[in-house]
Amino acid sequence: MTETPQRPLRVLAAMSGGVDSAVAAARAAEAGHDVTGVHLALSANPQSFRTGARGCCTIEDSRDARRAADVIGIPFYVWDLAERFREDVVEDFVAEYEAGRTPNPCLRCNEKIKFAALLDKALALGFDAVCTGHYAKVIVNDDGTRELHRASDMAKDQSYVLGVLDDKQLAHAMFPLGDTVTTKDEIRAEAERRGLAVARKPDSHDICFIADGDTQGFLAQRLGRAEGDIVDESGTKLGTHEGAYGFTIGQRKGLRIGTPAPDGKPRYVLDISPVNNTVTVGPAASLDVSGLTAIKPRWCGVAPTGPGTYTAQLRAHGGETPVTAELVGDELQVAFEEPVRGVAPGQAIVLYDGTRVVGSATIATTSRATAVA
Amino acid sequence: MAYLDHAATTPMLPEAIEAMTAQLAVTGNASSLHAAGRRARRTVEEAREALAEALGARPSEVVFTSGGTEADNLAVKGLFWARRSADAARTRVLASPVEHHAVLDAVHWLGEQEGATVEYLRVDTYGRVHPEALREAIERNPDDVALVTVMWANNEIGTVMPVRQLAAVAAEFGVPVHADAVQAFGQVPVDFGASGLAAMTVSGHKIGGPYGIGALLLGREYSPVPVLHGGGQERHVRSGTLDVPAVAAFAVAGQLAAEQRERFAREIGGLRDELIDVVRKAVPEAILGGDPVDRLPANAHFTFPGCEGDSLLLLLDAQGIECSTGSACTAGVAQPSHVLLATGTDPDLARGSLRFSLGHTSTKADVDAVAQAIGPAVERARTAGLT
Repeated sequence: MTETPQRPLRVLAAMSGGVDSAVAAARAAEAGHDVTGVHLALSANPQSFRTGARGCCTIEDSRDARRAADVIGIPFYVWDLAERFREDVVEDFVAEYEAGRTPNPCLRCNEKIKFAALLDKALALGFDAVCTGHYAKVIVNDDGTRELHRASDMAKDQSYVLGVLDDKQLAHAMFPLGDTVTTKDEIRAEAERRGLAVARKPDSHDICFIADGDTQGFLAQRLGRAEGDIVDESGTKLGTHEGAYGFTIGQRKGLRIGTPAPDGKPRYVLDISPVNNTVTVGPAASLDVSGLTAIKPRWCGVAPTGPGTYTAQLRAHGGETPVTAELVGDELQVAFEEPVRGVAPGQAIVLYDGTRVVGSATIATTSRATAVA
Repeated sequence: MAYLDHAATTPMLPEAIEAMTAQLAVTGNASSLHAAGRRARRTVEEAREALAEALGARPSEVVFTSGGTEADNLAVKGLFWARRSADAARTRVLASPVEHHAVLDAVHWLGEQEGATVEYLRVDTYGRVHPEALREAIERNPDDVALVTVMWANNEIGTVMPVRQLAAVAAEFGVPVHADAVQAFGQVPVDFGASGLAAMTVSGHKIGGPYGIGALLLGREYSPVPVLHGGGQERHVRSGTLDVPAVAAFAVAGQLAAEQRERFAREIGGLRDELIDVVRKAVPEAILGGDPVDRLPANAHFTFPGCEGDSLLLLLDAQGIECSTGSACTAGVAQPSHVLLATGTDPDLARGSLRFSLGHTSTKADVDAVAQAIGPAVERARTAGLT
């Protein structure tokens, strides 16, 4: 196996206005590639009276990205993908919560926007690759096939949110930060050294389209108040909630149940049922899951046949857990070696072979390690 | 490098640079009474006279501003406030829908914040306001019209408006007319005195003068309410210490623009016609925007069906050809041009617009570069499609 050969490519660098994507674009340019920067306008909140004007945050981010591109010395454009983003990411996000699942919008954005809508347009315009500031590694094998690996720095690794990429998408992906074992401070220092003003810009929120970070408020606005029961595993009502979408499996805080559990131990969200608008809570032990099924599998390369042993990651910033997984029809069936706590349907399971991403799928159902009483 | 975005800004003329740099070393506030002030004032007044002569105006009708945007705001807001304060019933503003944002957003603001009723005048497929359309609009109630604002020539598609006839119609009803002549000056005959206009905007950097300087030509009988209050310079209409070097250079550029207008129209117009030919030859389905005949001699505007203007811009930029999709936006996000939408262009089609604007430094080589690049660029942009 060899590292990505450095023949000059025409590269479209997605620049969010943050420090990582700016340094990634700068590194790609420094490596001799012909780089063009593009900022994706993804939100369409009119905040000025001119029709279609963008919100101030977006303008600020796009200005920061433009400043960085000017310093790097590359052309820069803003592309309006707000409509696609709304359809494929925001509406999907709301619908998933409404269905009692916990989506990961960053993953969806990589799958549908950055490495689909953006990549398609880039390829049509004659670019060879899309470059982002993700921390992950692409390795090219001697036979030309590509593999996606965890970043050299495990603490910064973002391969989980890229696990949805198939080999065609991977063939045109460039992650210049993936080889760096570095802290955020060092990336900032590098940005500073390169004269990039975004060096001191604060990190962005996890979900870019919820500017204030208040996911519950955002969902309440979209889905309205829908009071329902909070029950224990036997079905006894313990309290009321204002919308089942406000909960995530494994959640402990914010349940607002007046009476403590008989054993005095904390209770967690075990199940969310949008059909009867009920949230079930119970002890930590009931969160233990022995296996899961997952749908819409995507593979980095050829789909594996028969059962295989892998390590799995079940949420962003989550740890690894050993599993046996097998593709049965279109469904991925996964058994954990040891019970795992708090697995939320809607999240992605990404399978790894060592540091190599094998594929991913969306968690549909889980099986309890202990039977519900 | 083929610079074909002169309508955005055009290189400064050497004569203007000379006049400006000569003045940069001279001290003097044109409002001061001592010798330095008198010297500065003389420079300013000579510039005012030169510019007035170039535009068929009296020197007292030249009000210097910081540029076209400020002059547009002063005319639109100032005349509205003055007319309404003289007669509270006069709150109707008639504007063409193809105005530059400096006018469009100003009248919009009057509607939102000052109780104005803004009406957009009907335009034809070339974006032209016909005198009958203006007459109809005024006649609906001649007593409530505050002002009319219609640009002399359109910055995107180049169509020239019948300004004199429009002003004549408005004059029958005693209604003042403002025209933004930023693009027209130096390209078509612009005679303020003969136009019948109450106010007219011109800008320095569009005619080979410096940035940050412009003027509102203002009939002597009009006293718009100031936007900028202060020391009372410029007929008490526009306060602020005058930028003597910029004023001097602006006047030099203005004089040259007027003197060389015919030659410019002939030579650059010829080059522009060649540009239109080569584009049509390479892309037969390209649609020329604006009036094919009565248009700015330096403007060539096209719509390319099935293409995103932004994609074309990127592809041509990569070939060293600098042009524009027509309307710039702060965030750089392309919106379908309000000018094209006003002319009845389909919104999807409107996204494929591209403006080439020539200027005093344009050459045959620029046209050749477009001839080479436009065909493949359109083909590629079409593959990328409309996202």
